[in-house]
Amino acid sequence: MVQEVVHPFAKYLRSAMMPHIWCPGCGNGIVLNCFIHALDELQKDLDKLVVVSGIGCIGRTAGYTNADSFHTTHGRAIAFATGVKLANPELEVVVISGDGDLFAIGGNHFIHAARRNIGIKVICANNFNYGMTGGQQGPTTPLEASTTTTPYGNIEHPFNLVHLAAASGATYVARWTTLHVRRLTQSIKRMLQKEGFCFIEVVSPCPEIFGRRNKMRTGLEMMEWFRRASVVENFSDPSKAEISPEKIVVGEFVNTEKVSYERLLQEKIAQINEKAMRW
Amino acid sequence: MTKKRTLPTGAHFMSGDIACAEGAIAAGCRFFAGYPITPATEIAEHLSERMPEFGGIYIQMEDEIASIAAVLGASYAGLKAMTATSGPGFSLMQENIGLAVMTETPCVIVDIMRGGPSTGQPTLPGQQDVMQAKWGSHGDYGIIALAPSSVQEMFNLTIEAFNLSETYRVPTLLMGDEIVAHMWEKVVIPSASEIRIVNRKKPHVSPSEYAPFMPEDDLVPPMACFGEGYRFHATGLTHDERGYPRTQNSEVQTRLVKRLCEKINKNADKIIRVEEVMLEDADVMVVAYGIVARAALSAVRKAREAGIKAGLLRLITLWPFPEKHVAKIAGQAKAIVVPEMNCGQIVREVERAAKETPVAFLSKLGEDPHTPQEILDVIKRCS
Repeated sequence: MVQEVVHPFAKYLRSAMMPHIWCPGCGNGIVLNCFIHALDELQKDLDKLVVVSGIGCIGRTAGYTNADSFHTTHGRAIAFATGVKLANPELEVVVISGDGDLFAIGGNHFIHAARRNIGIKVICANNFNYGMTGGQQGPTTPLEASTTTTPYGNIEHPFNLVHLAAASGATYVARWTTLHVRRLTQSIKRMLQKEGFCFIEVVSPCPEIFGRRNKMRTGLEMMEWFRRASVVENFSDPSKAEISPEKIVVGEFVNTEKVSYERLLQEKIAQINEKAMRW
Repeated sequence: MTKKRTLPTGAHFMSGDIACAEGAIAAGCRFFAGYPITPATEIAEHLSERMPEFGGIYIQMEDEIASIAAVLGASYAGLKAMTATSGPGFSLMQENIGLAVMTETPCVIVDIMRGGPSTGQPTLPGQQDVMQAKWGSHGDYGIIALAPSSVQEMFNLTIEAFNLSETYRVPTLLMGDEIVAHMWEKVVIPSASEIRIVNRKKPHVSPSEYAPFMPEDDLVPPMACFGEGYRFHATGLTHDERGYPRTQNSEVQTRLVKRLCEKINKNADKIIRVEEVMLEDADVMVVAYGIVARAALSAVRKAREAGIKAGLLRLITLWPFPEKHVAKIAGQAKAIVVPEMNCGQIVREVERAAKETPVAFLSKLGEDPHTPQEILDVIKRCS
């Protein structure tokens, strides 16, 4: 009799949602893999985990994770997650979304959630373009890159996401590529043990949509770029953390302690009601 | 319990915005997210003081899009949640009102209507958002909208909005206007035990059997919340009863969208509330709502004094539209008069329901609502 073999991590995925929608060579599976490895190593209670995503390829991650999950409108994952976290601070609320979703249409929510220090954890798969809609220019598209809407080369300056996150007040900021699976997993673990707003950028290959227009036709070629160009510069100045054909600065940039919004809020509520009791 | 953590049972002199905020507290609302906007700001201000006294959450978000998104998140995390805004903010919220419809999220959105379009008249009343209430988000859906006429109703209907929203898992809109919001009147707040509170129905199956969008006979699915161990998925994409995306399947799309409409339409008789005044023998029926209905009532009384058989149908529920109530009287009345603070919105629904009966529309824009005399003049012309 053939024995059914179950993958040890099967419990972290919704098998009924498979197969996933991602292209060959896409980095999103690595992001999801590192995330569930981190959950496993921390023995996280899946009943108390909420994964929220916006719109885009990586936005399907929420549905693939076997926890409570919500797939919001485009750009609004962080705003939705803010409501979840404040309504029930016991929940671990993780936002996994893309560069266009989090930093173009949703950019305002990102900076304000970081400023308030809401205790949600944000993982951004940065693939330099809008993959799901067919490869348009986005807020992280490098200068001169070719996309379906920049056929003559991109003339917009890209956001430096780790600099933006650090300047907005995030208590943990890191950048890795999908080549750095062990470091990324450790980074996610570290983030999940922190109190305030945390952010990890994962530079992720999109060979089918972005790479093939930029002389990197396969996932392997994109990973080769990451291997060749990545330099670990932990706790270097995030404003200088460039992403260029020659150099991708990765590492942890910020790891500080700051009381979260929800803790301040609960303390305030306790104070107000203590005062009321004395009347 | 502390002194402060109780309802202010008794008679009060308060504004409509404050009455709305107190109504939310009384209904069990424990999450408010909003963004300042005239003439709804006082709701936020009052709740920033009152919510913490009840252990609830008040947060000012970065815009109205974030406000409604946070409200949806809080509702899925198990709290009754609300936001309040006016026209410009209501426009910004429309996409996520659609998400609330699609994910069947109980929540209350208060729209204190001012003059539009665009920035319009921030400090003056309007009724220009009532069609937006029904059709504002893209796609087909059913929704519930209520129209308060007094400060007392700003309190009562806020509670009613929460109850309806929890019963039908649908965003419920309280369509006030600048006058009912800023006006001060007597409000009687009952004791907590006298207030009917409805909570969303919970699943009665195990997590492995739970399908978050499997409806019961009333077409409404029981709702688990995050953290309760059900580990469910919800999405704005077309989804099956498990909540899984099924974007290429016409059968799933048809089944879902029809149910989202029918759970409101088929329960319309239970949802709809109107006030009928002197309609039994009316030759002329005035159909009005919100602050305008008060001038209409005065006009109807004056008409009766002048020997004209006039009556008032006051719409408390705007959506689903009370078309049966209009049709019933339309059969006996010679004419219908519809005064509105817009260029003609609800009058279209009245005309549709009234069929052959002639309908006179009285528009008023840009300042105070219609005077009783202005409505009376039209009643006289129609009688």
